[in-house]
Amino acid sequence: MHEWALAESVILSALEAAKKEHLKTITDITVQIGELQQIERDIFQFALKEMVTSSGSKLKNVTFHLKTEKSTLTCTSCGHTWKFSDMKKKLSEQESESIHFIPEVLFVHARCPKCGSPDFEITKGRGVTLSTIKGKR
Amino acid sequence: MEPRTSVIEKRLKSIKRIITVASGKGGVGKSLVASGLALHLATKSHKVGLLDLDVYGPSSHIILGVTTEYPVEEKGLIPPNVQGISFMSIVFFTQDKPSPFRGNDISNIILELLAITQWGPLDYLIIDMPPGLGEETLDVMKYMKHSEFLVVTTSSKVAMGSVSKLLKILIELKKPILGVVENMTMKNTSYIEHEVQKLKVPYLGKIPFDNTLEDAIGHPDLLLKTPAMKHLVSVLKKINL
Repeated sequence: MHEWALAESVILSALEAAKKEHLKTITDITVQIGELQQIERDIFQFALKEMVTSSGSKLKNVTFHLKTEKSTLTCTSCGHTWKFSDMKKKLSEQESESIHFIPEVLFVHARCPKCGSPDFEITKGRGVTLSTIKGKR
Repeated sequence: MEPRTSVIEKRLKSIKRIITVASGKGGVGKSLVASGLALHLATKSHKVGLLDLDVYGPSSHIILGVTTEYPVEEKGLIPPNVQGISFMSIVFFTQDKPSPFRGNDISNIILELLAITQWGPLDYLIIDMPPGLGEETLDVMKYMKHSEFLVVTTSSKVAMGSVSKLLKILIELKKPILGVVENMTMKNTSYIEHEVQKLKVPYLGKIPFDNTLEDAIGHPDLLLKTPAMKHLVSVLKKINL
């Protein structure tokens, strides 16, 4: 239930931002979920809703918008680009679960499919990001 | 917006003291001091956590003999209990394979570990640091503002050259320094003590080189009985640990 920890960070971060912007209520939160983190959307959504109930009145009528961001991986050695979904089947269940917890361990468990280098970048689709917050002052 | 930073304070709020075991130089015995410190505090019935932040070359798990233990998923990750210590390391996710990370990846790993690890109430969280002044040291200073530093060196002038730089930056940033431990000493010289005192930092004492130590690696019960550990305990007594 790692999704709960990430949901909690989203809620706390949104409340922090609302305080900074002097928002009395938060109406919409858009969360971008990177493909690499392999979040269970239902659990994540459930966790967000559960946390709203214990987070005070500011979030009472909030709507969450969850958007998945496909990954882009770029090899630093040969310049090849590919997606995590292209290589996921080659990973063991344990490797895949480790990437779910710490996306950077992809560099440990995967290689560039073209040149075999471990030196590549996650240019898109890493983890959970709070994209936008809307509210009323 | 990065949401993980908001939750770190909450994750660490039930931890009474954070002690970072650091050095400017590699190979001086930081992991052994960190593991030894954690074991010592655990034997005194304190609630202790140990976080290995050496993501390129984690070694606390080897010292503690961690083989089958794994974190439990419960609204984050609950570290496994190893010899009375709540233990967290990147090794649980790398399966001990080579780990080629660039600088920004290291910061992301540290952030993720701090955001998802559910330590619960602890008397002490001990952090085993990699050498130097890179991302790991800067991130500990950034996210664990109240951390105290226990610095390890050997008797070598080469080691002390790098350790001095770490001490100077800790002093500049007004970070609490518990003191400097001189590890693996082979003769009775006062060079390190003198250098440390020049910086007005407490010099805590020597741990003589112990050739029985290697056989105790991976066996915490044996480790606690080694001469090195006994010397470490007397050094720690000077700072009431």
